Amino acid sequence: MRNISIMIVGVGGQGTLLTSRVVGAAAVKAGYDVKMSEVHGMAQRGGSVITYVRIGKSVNSPIIEKGEADILLCFEKLEALRWVDYVKKTGTIIINDQQIDPMPVIIGKAKYPDDILEKIRGKFSGVRVIDALEVARRLGNIKVLNIVMVGLMAKSTEIEKEIWHEAIRETVKAKFVDLNLKAFDEGYQLAGGTV
Amino acid sequence: MKKLMLGNEAIARGAYEAGVTVASAYPGTPSTEITEKIATYDEIYSEWAPNEKVALEVALGASFAGARSVCAMKHVGLNVAADPLFTASYTGVNGGLVICVADDPGMHSSQNEQDSRHYARAAKVPMLEPSDSQECKDYIKKALELSEQFDTPFILRLSTRISHSQSLVTLEERQEVLLKDYQKDPGKYVMMPAMARKRRVAIEERMKRLNAFAEDTELNQVIWGSKEIGVITSGISYQYAKEAFGDVSYLKLGMVYPLPEKLVTEFAAQVKKLYIIEELEPFIEGFLKERGIPCIGKEKLPVLGEYSASLLKESVLGINPGGKTDINLDVPARPPVLCPGCPHRGVFYVLKKNKLRVSGDIGCYTLGTLAPLEAMDSCVCMGASIGIAHGMEKALGREAGAKTVAVIGDSTFVHSGITGLIDIVYNKGTSTVIILDNSITGMTGHQDNPATGLTIKGEPTRQLDLIKLCQAIGIDRVKVCDPFDLEGFEKVLKEEIAAEEPSVIIAQRPCALLKQVKYQGKVTVNDEKCKYCKVCMRLGCPAIVDTGSGIRINDALCVGCDLCVKVCKFGALEKVGGINA
Repeated sequence: MRNISIMIVGVGGQGTLLTSRVVGAAAVKAGYDVKMSEVHGMAQRGGSVITYVRIGKSVNSPIIEKGEADILLCFEKLEALRWVDYVKKTGTIIINDQQIDPMPVIIGKAKYPDDILEKIRGKFSGVRVIDALEVARRLGNIKVLNIVMVGLMAKSTEIEKEIWHEAIRETVKAKFVDLNLKAFDEGYQLAGGTV
Repeated sequence: MKKLMLGNEAIARGAYEAGVTVASAYPGTPSTEITEKIATYDEIYSEWAPNEKVALEVALGASFAGARSVCAMKHVGLNVAADPLFTASYTGVNGGLVICVADDPGMHSSQNEQDSRHYARAAKVPMLEPSDSQECKDYIKKALELSEQFDTPFILRLSTRISHSQSLVTLEERQEVLLKDYQKDPGKYVMMPAMARKRRVAIEERMKRLNAFAEDTELNQVIWGSKEIGVITSGISYQYAKEAFGDVSYLKLGMVYPLPEKLVTEFAAQVKKLYIIEELEPFIEGFLKERGIPCIGKEKLPVLGEYSASLLKESVLGINPGGKTDINLDVPARPPVLCPGCPHRGVFYVLKKNKLRVSGDIGCYTLGTLAPLEAMDSCVCMGASIGIAHGMEKALGREAGAKTVAVIGDSTFVHSGITGLIDIVYNKGTSTVIILDNSITGMTGHQDNPATGLTIKGEPTRQLDLIKLCQAIGIDRVKVCDPFDLEGFEKVLKEEIAAEEPSVIIAQRPCALLKQVKYQGKVTVNDEKCKYCKVCMRLGCPAIVDTGSGIRINDALCVGCDLCVKVCKFGALEKVGGINA
């Protein structure tokens, strides 16, 4: 059983916390020991939100540090750049190709970098970029972009698709289960998986 | 059955399993979910109290009556509850009483960084500290038992990374615990000098018994590995240490007050080099050094912020963690912001426009400090805005003082703003206090409070009438405004700061994230009308974007609150799809 460290980063309101819970639930079902860490409160108000999921045979620290993440799941480009330092050289980076300007950019005190994807691709080979917002929009609810991303990521873990489905059923609110399963399958297919 | 649980959730589960029947708390990150989860167990009476002092008093009352009870708070909440804490140490308990307190090293969501272990020592109340969710559940159960055994409240100390980390927990059945008999006992429960002096002696007797207990309890574990290095640690620091040092020897302290003198001395004697790994203050280290036991702690490790495994590797072992990429990380910061549709935005826009000095308080609205609103001058602790505004007026005189207003949320006002307002009236101040009534406790994630008219279980209750309350205090000028009626609000504001008597403006509009708030449609920019004057940018709404050549609305973020439509003099911001009342 290989130890895997997954970081999920995004902007407050993008469903980062829920995503980490789906990933955690799937890992438990697959028989891993799991530790996850979240930050609540002020950081959630449109700020940079980051959650850690560490799975393996036995896990101590709930946090992931620089150069340790196997997978970085990014719901927003700038957040991808902010946290990319945490990824192993051989790690996988999955980026939702969406730009949300932070307040310093909005008010003209800073510039949103225009070459984020190039910068990251220049340093890492395992980079996958997807317009998950567009996929979610097509499914009828932009909020499920997070689960589209989970579907995309799921293919690169050792956890079976059925287990991911179960985890989604258990974690999201009943009335959104079908929508989220669909979102997961879309992402899973994009990664070359069959549903 | 094993379940992945937040530390806070596991504490709630432990309280449930241990037969707790009463819980009271005031929300505060990172402690809030303890009580939210307790509220899901119908076997436990639970409530949001107006503040932590009341919460502890309620839990103490339940304990006196013979019930097992808990209360929960963040570290700064314990400052508020310190008064009952110090004397609860004297009275002791009847039913078991545990106070859960969550520290916030690194200040993820707090105004300061405190080490609650000092309270345990100062109040002579024993303290346990879990290192994962399973221990959260086990330790609260143990603490409730020990509380009854030693006739003292226990403190369960948490930190952000314990409260808000999830790990696996084995669930057990609830054990019903009968109410203990209540017997009138003024010598124990009435703390007036003659009785308190006797209880004071009892505390020292109890400390002796607790000291002996600390030496033998399984809460403190020695885990032998290589004796080249020994580590004494507790809580989340244990996990970091385990990861950083691997197979060395550990003394993992589950009980952090009182500390076991004999145990640490013997452990220290058997290892070559002894490190003390503890976030924040050198609490354990100080204990060893006072006893002349050589050890290494804060000379190598910071007293500030959070630890991590790599920080320990680097600071203690001198190992530079590899794997860092040299990517240029010139990344603009992403500070938290007031949400799109936030009712506070209207208030701060007007306050800034009028160049007022703003004495602020604790809540989402503290974000009004940041650019571009930049409409807050100070923020210290819950309720402080009102006293600080009054103090400024008394220092500067009436005329300059009139340029200062206090801004405080509804929940914060109830928590500890009311007494400040009484002070203004009593001492002939003329300050204007703006109560930001968004009908919820917002920052901690939507908890009800006395002003919302709903209990923790969502049941309707008598709603605190803020208008009548302010009037009863002696405020004759109480005005209610909609902060999105910018002109109306500004007019009232100008009248009230000009008035030579104290006044309260209740700026009433619900939090945009509440379910009942249903704004419709989105705003778009009509480029033909837009003069690119950027007045809308002054609102600091994350949905309004300056592209460098024009204004755009990010429709994934816009909730259609229309505030920007109101500030645009050229009618260039237009609503599509739905009209708001």
